[in-house]
This record gives sequence, C-alpha cells and structure tokens, in this order.
Amino acid sequence: MIRELLTRWPVVWQILNHSDGMHADAMSERTRDLAPKHHGAEVARSVCPYCAVGCGQLVYHKDGNLISIEGDPHSPISRGRLCPKGSDSYELLTHAGRETRVKYRRPYSTKWEYLDLETAMGMIADRVWDSRERTFVEEKNGETLMHTTAIAHLGGATLDNEENYLIKKLFAAGLGMVCISNQARI
Amino acid sequence: MPGLGTTFGRGGATTALPDLTNADAILIMGSNMAENHPVGFQWVMEAKEHGTKLIHVDPRFSRTSAVSDIWAPLRAGSDLMFLGGLVNYVLNNGKEFREYVVNYTNASLIISEDFKDTEDLDGLFSGWDAERRIYDPQSWAYANCCPQPDGEEHFAHGGHGKESGRLTVPNLTSCEHDDTLQHPRCVYQILKRHFARYTPEMVERACGTPKELFLKIAETFCCASGPEKTGSICYAVGWTQHSNGVQIIRTAAILQLLLGNIGRPGGGIMALRGHASIQGSTDIPTLYDILPGYLPMPRFGFDAHDLSAYLKKHRDKTGWWWNIDKYIVSLLKAYYGEGAIKENDWGYGWLPRVTGDHSHQGYFLDMMDGKIEGLFVMGQNPANAGPHARLERKALARLKWLVVRDLVELETASFWYDSPEIERGELRTQDIATEVFFLPAAGHAEKDGCFTNTQRLVQWHEKAVDPPGDARGEVWFMYHLGRRLKEKAKRDPRRRNAGLNALTWDYTLQGEIQEPSVEEILQEINGRNIAQGSLVKGFTELKADGSTDCGCWIYSGVFPAPDNNVANSRNARDFYGHGWAFSWPADRRVLYNRASARPDGKPWSERKKLVWWDEAQKHWTGLDVPDFNATKPPDYKPANDAEGDAALAGDRPFILHPDGLGWIWVPVGLADGPLPAHYEGWESPVHNPLYPKQQHNPPAMSKERPDNQYANSPDERFPYVFTTYRLTEHHTSGAMSRMLPHLAELQPEFFAEISPELAAERGIENGGWMTIIGIRGIIEARALVTPRIQPLVVDGKKVHQVGLPYHWGYRGLVKGDAANDLLSISEEPNVRIMESKGLLCNVVAGRRAQGRQALEEMDAQIHGGATGAEIRGES
Amino acid sequence: MTVSAFLTDATLCIGCKACEVACKEWNHVPADGFNFTGNSYDNTDALGASTWRHVMFLEQPATLGPQITGTEDPFRWLFLSDVCKHCANAGCLEACPTGAIVRTEVGSVYVQPDVCNGCGYCVVSCPFGVVDKNHEVGTAFKCTFCYDRQREGLMPACAKACPTQSIKFGELDELRQRAHERLEELQQRGYSDARIYDPEETSVGGTHAMFVILGQPEAYNFPPAPEVPTVHMKSAWTAALISALVVVLVVCLAFML
Repeated sequence: MIRELLTRWPVVWQILNHSDGMHADAMSERTRDLAPKHHGAEVARSVCPYCAVGCGQLVYHKDGNLISIEGDPHSPISRGRLCPKGSDSYELLTHAGRETRVKYRRPYSTKWEYLDLETAMGMIADRVWDSRERTFVEEKNGETLMHTTAIAHLGGATLDNEENYLIKKLFAAGLGMVCISNQARI
Repeated sequence: MPGLGTTFGRGGATTALPDLTNADAILIMGSNMAENHPVGFQWVMEAKEHGTKLIHVDPRFSRTSAVSDIWAPLRAGSDLMFLGGLVNYVLNNGKEFREYVVNYTNASLIISEDFKDTEDLDGLFSGWDAERRIYDPQSWAYANCCPQPDGEEHFAHGGHGKESGRLTVPNLTSCEHDDTLQHPRCVYQILKRHFARYTPEMVERACGTPKELFLKIAETFCCASGPEKTGSICYAVGWTQHSNGVQIIRTAAILQLLLGNIGRPGGGIMALRGHASIQGSTDIPTLYDILPGYLPMPRFGFDAHDLSAYLKKHRDKTGWWWNIDKYIVSLLKAYYGEGAIKENDWGYGWLPRVTGDHSHQGYFLDMMDGKIEGLFVMGQNPANAGPHARLERKALARLKWLVVRDLVELETASFWYDSPEIERGELRTQDIATEVFFLPAAGHAEKDGCFTNTQRLVQWHEKAVDPPGDARGEVWFMYHLGRRLKEKAKRDPRRRNAGLNALTWDYTLQGEIQEPSVEEILQEINGRNIAQGSLVKGFTELKADGSTDCGCWIYSGVFPAPDNNVANSRNARDFYGHGWAFSWPADRRVLYNRASARPDGKPWSERKKLVWWDEAQKHWTGLDVPDFNATKPPDYKPANDAEGDAALAGDRPFILHPDGLGWIWVPVGLADGPLPAHYEGWESPVHNPLYPKQQHNPPAMSKERPDNQYANSPDERFPYVFTTYRLTEHHTSGAMSRMLPHLAELQPEFFAEISPELAAERGIENGGWMTIIGIRGIIEARALVTPRIQPLVVDGKKVHQVGLPYHWGYRGLVKGDAANDLLSISEEPNVRIMESKGLLCNVVAGRRAQGRQALEEMDAQIHGGATGAEIRGES
Repeated sequence: MTVSAFLTDATLCIGCKACEVACKEWNHVPADGFNFTGNSYDNTDALGASTWRHVMFLEQPATLGPQITGTEDPFRWLFLSDVCKHCANAGCLEACPTGAIVRTEVGSVYVQPDVCNGCGYCVVSCPFGVVDKNHEVGTAFKCTFCYDRQREGLMPACAKACPTQSIKFGELDELRQRAHERLEELQQRGYSDARIYDPEETSVGGTHAMFVILGQPEAYNFPPAPEVPTVHMKSAWTAALISALVVVLVVCLAFML
C-alpha cells in the first residue's frame, strides 16, 4: 500500500520524475484511457434526411442504441462533410420531444389520449373504408371514373422512395384516391 | 419539372454537383445555395478557388452573396425580366454557340404562320380563350408539320408528366427548317423579336438592378460559352414559387441552349431541390397528376376511355416515348399482378381518373368548403408552412378525421388546441369535430430505404436501430393499413374494389414488428421478368405484352440482380461517382451528354470532353455513361418510317423529344406559352412595364375568393414587397430543427430583415419588434436592420423589400409567428405551385396585438390603412 | 506524435455553423440559451463553457478584395469560426493549480473534467477569453481539440463537418506553411488586407489554432498582442521580493530608531 501511495500519488511521482505537472504525468486514469465514444461500435451507412444534397452519413450504434452520426468520407457528393442540420442528426432521433406513443383525439375533445398501435390501425382503416364508401364514384356518363375526391394525402418529400411507392400504389391504384400531393411541384 | 422537362426532355437537374468544378462561370439565382445546400456548395467554392467566376443575383445579400465574385440585387418577382435580358444580350451581341444552336436545338424550325407573339398581341400569345382562360396551342406548332385535325379539342396544358404527344406526325424529324436562322418565322428570329425589349434599360427599370451591373454579369456569364468554355446555372425555389415559375426556368433553359451549355461538363442546370427525397417523390410520385416515371395519370374525358386511348394521346411515334406502352403495361403489372391481363386492359380501368385540381392548394380549398372527409399527413406540416397557413389551419378543422405521422407533435397535429386561431377565438376546441390520430414515425436511421437527391442519385440508407416505442416507418404503416383494407375488399367484390383486390401486396414480413422487406419493394420498382422471376437490368428489357412488371421505369437498373442493390453501392471509382449509388436513368450522371460531342462525334474540345464516339469500337464512350443509344453512330440517318429512338438521327441529343432537339421553342406541353414572357406576380408594386394590358400570367390561377383575397397592384395599404426564404440553421417548417436544442439556439427567434432606410422610416429599431401585415395575415417578428437588404428603384419609384424566413410556428423549443400566414393560395398554370415571393405587405414598429385584437389590427390596415400604433391607441 | 493544429480561413467560411453543432453533438455540450442578439446572424455571442466553436458575423463597410456588389456603399459580410487557440504558452495551463489542465501528446491544451475543482483561475488567465466555468456543473470547460478522436487518428468533429474546409486540420508546421502560401495567394488575388493571426512574437509564442483573416484582429475580438499572464511572473516576484525586503528594512529601522 505504501508502494502504491508512492508510485501513484501524483506529487510524489512528479517529484521523482522531475516533471512540471502539466503533461502526461498529470493525467488521470480517465484521460489516459480516453477513446472516442463510438469506439468498437457498429456502423450503418446512411444518407442525411434534411435537404436534397444527400450527404453520406455514418450511423454508429451499439446494442440497439444510437451513439453518434457523422459524415461519410467516401461519399463523392459530400466527402464526409455535413451542414449544421446534418450534423445534428443524432439529436433529431434522440431529443426529448420525440414522440413514441400513438395519441388520439376524439371529436370535440380538449385533450389527447394514448392509444395502442393496433387499435389505432384498425380505426384508421375503418375511417378510410367508410369515407370511401360514402364518396366513391365508379363511373360518370358511362365512362370510368373509379375515384374518390373526399380522402386526401399530403407528404412525400421527406419519405423514402419505397414509401412513396406504396402510398401511391395503395391510395391511388388500390383505393382510387386522386387528392395526393406533397412538397414537390417543380 | 416542366421548365426543364419541356425544354430538354426530362424534368430534373441535368448535371451532378461535383461537375460544377468544371464550369468557367456559375450563375446562382433564385437560390441561396451556400445557406440552403452548404455541403453541395463546397463544389462551388472549389470552382471559385480555381478561377471560376461566381455570380449571385438575389433580392438579399445573403451568405451566398458574401462569397460571390459579383452580387446584384433584384426585385423579388422580376427574375424572368432579368433572364430575358441575358437572352437579349446573347442575341444582340452574337454570343450564342452557333454550331450547337443550329444542330442541337429547334432554333432553325419554322413556326406556323398563324402564330402571333406577345409583342403582337399586347402580352398574349395567339390562341387565347378569354372566357375559359386557356390557350389553344394549334398556332404554336411547327409549320406544315401539324398533326391532322382529329375532331378533338386541344388546349394547352402542362403538368408533371410528359406532354401529350400532339407532335406525333409522320416525318416530324424533317419539318421545315432554316439552318441559316434567317427565315422570319424560324424560332431564332421569333425569339429575337420576342426578347427585343428586354434591354439592359428595361432590366434596370423592372428589376431595380443597375444597368452597368447587369451588363457586367451578362458579359461574365455569357462569355463562358463556346467549344472551350461552359457555364452552369443553379436555381431553387426563388424561381419556382411564382405564378410564372415554370417560365422563369424556361428562360434560363433557353439561355443555356443558346450558349451551348447543356450536356457538357461544367454546363447544365442544377435544379437545387429542398428535401431529402423530393426528387424521389416526383419520380415515384405522391403527386396528383402523374404515375411513376412521369407517366400521366388518366384524365377523365381526355385519355381515360381505355388503354389504347391513353397510348394514342401519349405515345410519340418518334423519340424515346415511343416506348411508353412498355412502361405503362409493366407498371400495371407491378400494381395488379396476375389480375392484370390483356383482356382487361391490364387493369387500366381500375386506375382512378383525374377530374380537376387535386393538388395541395386545390383540395385544401375544398377542405375549407367541407368537401374533404379525411386527410393523411406524413412528414409535412401545412399548418405553418403551407401557403396561406391561416386558411390551411382552419381547413383542417373542417375534416372528419385526420391522421398525422411524424417524429414530433408538430403544428399540424396540434391545431385543434394550440394555434393562433384558438388564441384569437376564430376556432374553439370544443367545436372542432375533427378526429385526430397522431402516429409516431421512424427516423431515417431506423429503417431501410432509399432517397433520391437533387442530382437524381438514388442512395440507400441502412437501418441501424429499431424505432423507439410505437414509432414505425411508412412502409410498415402503409403495408398494414393496406392489409386491413384488402381484407375488407376481399369480402366485397364490387367493381370499385377490383383494383384493391388485384393489388399485389405480398412482401416478406420481418422481425418482431413485422416490417415488410424494403428491398423487395425496390426490386418491384426495378422490374422483373415475371415468368422467370428474375430482375431486369434496365428499362430496355421492359415489354408491353405483360411479361414484365416494373414499378418505375426510370429507376430500372437500380436492382439488377438479387444481391446487387446498386443504390447501396459505396465504391465511387471516378470523378462523377460511378460505383456510388444509382443515378437515373441508367446511371447517367450528366444528362444529354451526346451534346458534349460535335455532330461528327468528336468532343467540342479536349478541355470540355465528356462523351465521344469511338470509331474503332463502334460505340459511344467517355467519362460518363452515354445518355444515348450506345451503338448509334453519329452519322446515322433514320429511314422515313422509322419509329421510336430509331427515328432520331445520330446527332440528336435530346432523345426524349420526338425530334431529338433541345426545345428553345416549346410547341406543346405548357399551359402558358411556347416562349417565356414577363408578367408581374399576383401582388406587385408596379404595373407590368412590358405589357401594361396584361398584368399577370394569363392562365395562372389566383383562386381568389373571400377567404383568399389579394391586394391591388400597387396598393397604398401595402407598399412593401416581401419575400420568404430559408436559413441554414433551420429546415422548412421547423419540425426538424426548432425542436432540437442545438439548432434552435442558433436562430432562436423569428426575425424580419429590413434596410436601415425602411427602419428609420417606420421607427423600427434593430433587435426590437415589428409587425408585418398583409391582406391575408398579420405576424410579428424581431427586427434585423441590415444593409444587406436595400431599397430598389423600380419603374421610377423606390420599393422597399422585407425578408421573412419561414421556419417558425407555435410548437417547439423556440416559437414564433409563421411567415406563410401572409401567402395566398394560388396556382401556377402548369404544376400548381404557389407564389411565395414578391407579394405585398406593410410594416409597423412594435408587437402585434394578442388574441382577437390581432384580427382587428389587420382589418384596420385592410380597410383603413391605419398604422399599428394608431390602432392600439398609442399615438 | 506530431503536433496538431487548426487553420481556420475566413475567406472560405460561409457562416453555416456546422462546426458549432458538430462540436456540441460529439462532445455532448448542452445548448447555451435561446437568445436573439440582433447581432447579424450571431446568436451564439462568444466562446464559453457551453460553446467551443463560435462563428462570428461581421457586416463591414468595406470591399472584399475584388468583389463587385450592387450595394450603394462598400459592403462586405465576413464569417469566421473562433475556437480555443491551444496556445504554445497557455495562460490557463500555467494558472491551473490542480493539474487539471494538461498539454497532450498532440500539443493541445486539455481540461480534465474529472480533476478540475472549479477554482476559476484559468478563466481569468486566458488572454482570449476562451475557457469558462459551467456554473451548473461547477467546473471549467473549453475545446478539447477532440482529444478522444485524435487518439484514434480521427480528425476533430468541426474540421470533419466544415462544408468548405474553412477549418483545416493537420500538422502544425505544415499548416503554418499553408497559411503563408494562402496569404500570398490572397494578396495576389486582390485581398490586400488579408493577414494571418498567429501571435508567435508575443509571450503566447504562437497558437496551434491559427486564422486567416481580413482586416484588423480587433474586429474579430482577437487581442492584437496577447500575453500569457505568467510572462510577468519573474518581474512580479522580483518586485514582490524587493518590496518585502524594503518593508522589513523599514520596520527594522523603525524599531532601531
């Protein structure tokens, strides 16, 4: 124990080693063991979800948890760089205001209620079916119409191609919805 | 889309971001690229460091202007005049790249003698129907090259899809033309007459840009032309969000064709889009008037009778769209699978027909009138970012039900209890019947999938972790919603459910949360040989006989083999990034690159070589995948009755067009004219100096009604011009930035930028408060007084401009009024985009009133022109 | 290991603040308050315990080299990302009584958060006003030069993120050389007021975070001649010793007389 005291007590050690107490000799164990927080983590190759430059991102994760997100140096578009929004992608997915439960508001209610996901899905399917039933028109003047103009969809520019594909496929080709729009025009 | 689509053939950026380093000059206009595409801007900075001249033209001196070689101010809403001035400069000073223009554009084509220009008709083109407010484009056709009358009515219309092929005639490729460009009715001469009055003096008068500065820009940019030089143009919504947005882009496209910059390294037009996959959401569209791959949606009474009627309207006999039958049939097979057979027209009759305005603006007005029962909103936030946001919030309250999917409880989900309308008593929570479902959404690192970026690059993002709690991606949501609806349809075999019953909806479900395989969906998008069960390698393998399916023909090739998801390839092997992701079409990075070689197939110059003909190997080769039939020799001449691509000669680079030429003149495909003309926006501080009798773009739609009013042009009550825009620190409606501490603190409050002169005039202090009032809304903002915004002299009078970043709303860590409360719901005639810049307002010092008084303050301004202080009894 | 350095170049900066955010995200630095300053686009205000990269926005009535603007009077808008200078002779390092502040093997100045006792001596000793105390946590914080990343050969988060590579990261001598080449190039291109900020001739002895700026250092809140407080140590102690002797002498004389 005295031996340990003599070797690990900084002031003793510094005197013995003629040090000035400002370099490695003054480093704590934490400092000596310092490593980047994504050391040993897995990495998923991703793309920034903000603007349309499509910067490459490296998503570091471990045991099902996100650790950090930074630029992908191999991207020929972004070369590893990110703007302030892209740099904040980790916070985008983990900040305190992120919702993780389904919320439901009854007609005329003044507050939200929580709802389980399966119930909500069933209710939404019912709403779609009922509205469509009331408003679908199969034909007009003998010509095919096969549409409803009473159910609409908005969104798409922030969604994946596969998501947009299914939305158009189900909503238009399946249900006959024509009021489908998103941020894009031109 | 149609600005670039009609001029060149495809609606999308024509080049790749790194290619900007090959430019000798870059014009950034209608864009604040350094702020809104900072990482893309690295290529511009690199170009500048190597001697490229960087020009920025914008109402404000922004972070892009700060690093440009030349910055010129211009009045918001006058961009077309400025660009027309550049066209005028080129034509009057002989700056066009003559050989390119004669060979690769339709400048030499002779136009019908029935055509009358806006210069002849005081601001209208021939064919205007004043009652129905549409054009008949018959007189816009090439002379003696018109299709035979078919007894059907034809009116000019635009849209996101390919234009209807009313150019389909025998021998389109040999219409009358004059290669000396002298014939008085050739496109070149009409162009010259059309733009004759867009002089530097007129530019100064209408735009407020000093003449000398305009000329300096014209000289700098237009000299980057010819075999040895190229210039690039970058634009964003500063051009698109206008009532003549498509035509603004058209003017730039014409300029680039005259200068011979399209299809060449360091040339092209970089359309800068604003969302992660907005290019994708146009290609594989969640839009109202198109199907995947820019196939038009069937339109009731037009092409909807059956598939052969559809093909008659859209199948061009010459050019690449000859293949449209393969694409529509393959799409229908992808949608309806085995149920789609030849006998039932491949299920064509199950697609819904379009009958009117089903766009965002159109149906929100219908929603306001109680005609929409239910709405899905996924990853968008109309409550504070939609045009005329006040009306949109009120419209939401008329819905029976609303489903909102997002990462946070954003403004659109909260309108019923937390919004200005609630605060002002215009809406009362207990009276709102809307049933609201909020479903938490998965973020990009929590799901597989791909985005398509602004340069048409399809990039896959890998799932890293599961989404938290009940959050799910849209693939999960749509699949399981569809599954439930298909179960209902199974028990209900009426005609209306035929499509839903036939819909192929069989994706492998994975994991605890039963998530459909996203790769399977991308494979469906890629396309398959159905019988063999194998993936196609590209759209040339698609057939019209039902043996192939394909969810989006332009993406075909993204997944050519079961273990080859090209969107997820990460080994860039050259400057253009081949080996990294998939650039549609067919991994071509610079579109129309045949034009980078001379008609004889050799590069225009060593310095600007990109793609060229290899005589030994008998195919096109070079630094990019040729955007051309790889084995068609440069001297190929088509037979008289040739069809499709075989009908285009070996020196016609614009292969989507029936004549293979770049269209300086657009004979068909746009609602508002074959050439762009300057009109004022819906609210303007001046009368149209060019056409006093025609203030606005004739077929544009104001959708004026009591709850969507307009100020006069000019209007004493609203003497200032405002423009809306983004900042680097935030993103669109703020749902992805104002909720995040690290971004919220960078720009915590909604501010308005005004000049020191305007501030002095209105008694507004820097850092203080100001209220901005328009005829449709009233908002307050912190004042940022800066010389970066300056008044301009327009048509002889001083016009002040007010800058409004539009990121704020009533939710989040940092809140503020929504700038888009001041916008109107209006529609440009081709794609129905709203006008968000160049509208009118008034400003007063101090905060606006709270509660209902705010409306009274607004009304007082509208009806009495009183100042805020007077209204509040302060003066 | 070699000595790392930053070269931050105002002529390449577009004021995007990616550096500020990338730093905060990597180092889990909290937000610093939501305060609108009205000072151009700078709501961050200054470096501090919770801001380790700070982008300045300078709207000036001057021309930017050969730039042509349509403003009535000369005008330019400059941006620069400020950071801890990691001085060759660091005031904070010399003042720290606990050994919390150390010089690392890459030449950076690092505050060990587990050792720091919050005495605040470093705060008053920095000639640039960089290091500061976080009053909730109770200890001092500043840029770590991403020491954790550098130990695995990774570049600091800010340099990696910077879209235009205004922030360059590399070896000290190499970046010093590049700074001089850049200065020459800028002057040739017409940026006559370009200069390098790297106070080698003062007691600070040069910084490992150097800057290429336009105009006077004062405009960027950079002291034109920063000094390490301990530069006065010898003379201060000598003066103290002499004073003490004089006092003792006077006291002795007083008793004797």
